[in-house]
Amino acid sequence: MPPLGVIILYAIIGLVSVGSAVGLLVSRNAIYSALFLVLNFLTVALLYLVLGAPFIALAQITVYAGAIMVLFLFVIMMLGAEKLTESSLRVRGLRVLAVVLGLVFAAEVALFLVVRGGIPAAPAEPALTFGDPAAVGLMLFQQYTLPFEITSVILLAAMVGAIVLTRGDLKDRLARRAALEKKA
Amino acid sequence: MDAGMIWEWIIKSIFLILFMTGGFAYVTLLERRVLARMQVRIGPNRVGKFGLLQPIADAVKLIFKEELIPAGADKLMFIVAPVITVIPALIITGVIPWGTSINLFGREIALSIANVNVGVLYIMAVTSISVYGITLAGWSSNNKYAMFGGLRSTAQMISYELALGLSLVGPILLAGSMNVMDIVQAQKTLPFALLQPAGFIVYFMATLAEINRAPFDMPEAEQELTAGYHTEYSSMKFALFFMAEYIKMIAVAMIGSTMFLGGFQGPFVDQLPWLGPVYLFGKVIVWLFVDIWIRATLPRIRYDKLMALGWKVMYPIALLNVFITGILVVLTTKR
Amino acid sequence: MLSNWLYIGIFMVVSLFLPAAAIFIAGLLAPKKPNAIKNATYECGMETVGDSWIQFKAQYYVFALVFLVFDIETVFLFPWAVAYNQMTLFGVLEAIVFILILLGALIYAWRKGALEWH
Repeated sequence: MPPLGVIILYAIIGLVSVGSAVGLLVSRNAIYSALFLVLNFLTVALLYLVLGAPFIALAQITVYAGAIMVLFLFVIMMLGAEKLTESSLRVRGLRVLAVVLGLVFAAEVALFLVVRGGIPAAPAEPALTFGDPAAVGLMLFQQYTLPFEITSVILLAAMVGAIVLTRGDLKDRLARRAALEKKA
Repeated sequence: MDAGMIWEWIIKSIFLILFMTGGFAYVTLLERRVLARMQVRIGPNRVGKFGLLQPIADAVKLIFKEELIPAGADKLMFIVAPVITVIPALIITGVIPWGTSINLFGREIALSIANVNVGVLYIMAVTSISVYGITLAGWSSNNKYAMFGGLRSTAQMISYELALGLSLVGPILLAGSMNVMDIVQAQKTLPFALLQPAGFIVYFMATLAEINRAPFDMPEAEQELTAGYHTEYSSMKFALFFMAEYIKMIAVAMIGSTMFLGGFQGPFVDQLPWLGPVYLFGKVIVWLFVDIWIRATLPRIRYDKLMALGWKVMYPIALLNVFITGILVVLTTKR
Repeated sequence: MLSNWLYIGIFMVVSLFLPAAAIFIAGLLAPKKPNAIKNATYECGMETVGDSWIQFKAQYYVFALVFLVFDIETVFLFPWAVAYNQMTLFGVLEAIVFILILLGALIYAWRKGALEWH
């Protein structure tokens, strides 16, 4: 059994994490939803930290809370979609789908507990080097080479996609600026 | 781990925070005096000797000012935004060592808040969080100037954050560790600024943009955006933004001194460990002076040029610097 | 190791008191006499037209996305730099391939004008 302090810490982090997830779902203002998601990412990072993986915890904060959520905020502001109207909430079948998926998830958890024969008494103790950034670096760059390189290709694809999607807008602006410069 | 340890750290935290707050107050005075001298003026010198009580007078004035919340604003976020702007500025210094350790009242006291093995990544993570306060301040004010100030600020900060992060890869490569203490120890003979001149300059410029200082203070360009993201703020909440800006200035000077200028290292620091904080303090003062000097010298640069500089000059240079450092480390270390 | 994070946690909690105290004290001492004109949105004397929460240009989005891609790259380069001295040539080359792919992405964005600010 882990010490009592750690269990209390887990409980608090877990509660905040679930609470922020619920807040994300129920808040009507998309900016508030995004901020709840930031809070959620931060609590997940804390969970990693308690599990002894500081590198993953801080990478989580930098990439998810720092970069992805800024992107989200920009998208929300770009669309001007902060406030959901009643009509936009009424996508047919969405709630039914949510309930079905929730039931599937609950079934999955139940199945997992049955197959594994109850909650594991103690989580596997991570290796001592697990939290060491050098170990993470060696693992990423030597052991898991192919998945890592695929990541870079996926990142490239994401960026090309975004640029292609907004290219019409960009072309318009470039053309307008060229016209202005010609006039001047 | 005993209760005494917890108290030791609470006292150290309070000390560091009071130091940063006091530092903020007197950096504003330093800036006003130095700027005035550079512009052949005198600057505030009436309140106390050399104007030394001026920051206190300013604080008292700000406390007694009325707090306005614009009618169209999002009230909760309007109040939360200054708080979450200040906190990252304060906590980023948590991984910076002030010295090795000193003996005080028969207790061995480590001169740092924390000594973690991912210290530099912690700095990156806190930096990446610090954009939210400004974005939210701009958004929650429901003011067009504030909105655009906030957005510009955010776009500028994320653009320079990349160059900032990459410029820190150089010292990590040279020290072979992400632990800030290890990086300082590796600079015992030679500060990394000499081995990493390009990285040092990129760091310096990127942090100027990151903390919205001149010549990159575009988000606060008075002529076009009034006061940028804090247009609608008054009284103490305005003071908090002001405080965050100056505390960030001190924090990046501390981080830069630690990563590139040898931190608390200096002559005789091994024999007399209390010299460590003194050396660090001296380096930070010089750094801040250069910041102010630049503000007095350079005009503000245009926003599109600023973004172009970040993406097309600073980022490629930082990337190239990592490459070259990598090659040089291979060539100079024996395997 | 974990105790160091506890110290940072203590530091964070203590640092929360500074802005909280500042706002609290100002709330006690500051005068409060709001009126409609004081609380109007400040636009240099003009009366403001409409909400500020409007749709704005997609450029910010493109920058945020390009930033995201390179931010991930930077975060991955940190452990690479730490492990650099223990790495075989293969690991070093792999990082170079990784950087080159993303450099390609940067050049693509550059050529397509996504890095221009209009």
